[in-house]
Amino acid sequence: MRLQSSAVALLLTLGVALAQAPSKPVAKDNSVYAELAKAPKRAAARRNPFATDPDAVAAGGKLFGLHCAECHGDMAEGTKKAPSLFADEVQRATPGTLFWLLTNGVVRRGMPVWSKLPEAQRWQLVSYIKSMTLASKPGDADPPHPAPH
Amino acid sequence: MVLLAAALPLHAQESPYIVTYDHYLEEPGSLEVEYFSTFGTQRAGNDFHAFWAEFEYGATAWWTTELYFDGQTTFNDSTLFTGFRWENRFRLLAREHIINPVLYIEYEQTSGADKILKEVEGHDVEADYAVPNALARQEHDHEIESKLLLSSTFAGWNIAENTIATKNVTGGNPWEFGYAIGASRPLALKASAQRCSFCPENFIAGVEMYGGLGDRYSFGLHNTSHYVAPVIAWNLPSDWTLRLSPGFGLNDNSHRFLLRWGVSREFSGFGAAVSRLFGGRQ
Repeated sequence: MRLQSSAVALLLTLGVALAQAPSKPVAKDNSVYAELAKAPKRAAARRNPFATDPDAVAAGGKLFGLHCAECHGDMAEGTKKAPSLFADEVQRATPGTLFWLLTNGVVRRGMPVWSKLPEAQRWQLVSYIKSMTLASKPGDADPPHPAPH
Repeated sequence: MVLLAAALPLHAQESPYIVTYDHYLEEPGSLEVEYFSTFGTQRAGNDFHAFWAEFEYGATAWWTTELYFDGQTTFNDSTLFTGFRWENRFRLLAREHIINPVLYIEYEQTSGADKILKEVEGHDVEADYAVPNALARQEHDHEIESKLLLSSTFAGWNIAENTIATKNVTGGNPWEFGYAIGASRPLALKASAQRCSFCPENFIAGVEMYGGLGDRYSFGLHNTSHYVAPVIAWNLPSDWTLRLSPGFGLNDNSHRFLLRWGVSREFSGFGAAVSRLFGGRQ
């Protein structure tokens, strides 16, 4: 039993190490945004029901801090694990496209599906992401507020 | 502990299920450390408190691996370590669909005294758990357990259906079957703008039902046990999740009452910390 337990522990450790082997920085890889173009037209055309909700951006910012900032960065500037959300590809995308991407994730590239968040919360996240166009990118004179944790 | 210190707490939207699985896997690189307890009543024997520690790691966005360590205390008897389980879940489809399948494969090495009731299968009945620990621990089981997890999300509801097929590879035991189904929903679908502990969106409530379906030679409900259990999870902004589930036996073969509770915390960046330990780049 002790030998088998050790073997399991070794396998797990190796699996963890291999799964986390250093990968290319995705923030500089424009192909990570290609998934946005795969949104079906019908999904891309969906409108954000929270577009006029005055609290949606703040609520989305809170959700971003809780669920997204760890990979995308506190200010959505991108990290080695996930791309910047200030990229033109993201900011030009329709709300429906961003909602579709959040719902489906990009599983092969490491982004989980976020349909576990209720639809309303995914739309609130979209409101927050789209609000970034109004703010300055990190490093500019008037940086956006970091997402609250 | 050093690796956990290097990792950051991560807020997750954890499901309230304790037996049923939905199709959501652990976030890649994150480690969730969990502790669960099951208190069970026992007719013709002593009540028990079974417990397990669970280490759930998101190897990739489509593969989650978990290690369990089980134990139990039977009142007026003894406390035992009862074995370990190594579980893997694989997401089969890249995108979301109406029904999302996940393949579950587990190897478990437990003694006959294991009482965590993480799943109910075959002809598992209450009387099996009345055996004194000194006797029950002499039975050693090596099981391969497979499940097909199907899960759907609609209008804030999650509906999950699990079918179980288990083979005890020691001796000539037949394949045994079981099921678990669950439904759950957050108390509020829209997030509030403020960070809060008691906001309704932090609570997810539901119900699950699980039981055995006999074995290869006697498939069906005869001589099987079944349970129904309301479940609730409280996802705290401080990165902790608490779960509570009172369960009720549905027939004479079932324990009359099971009370389960659990606490978990998720750590992001655990995989990166391990990678650095092995000389990987940051």
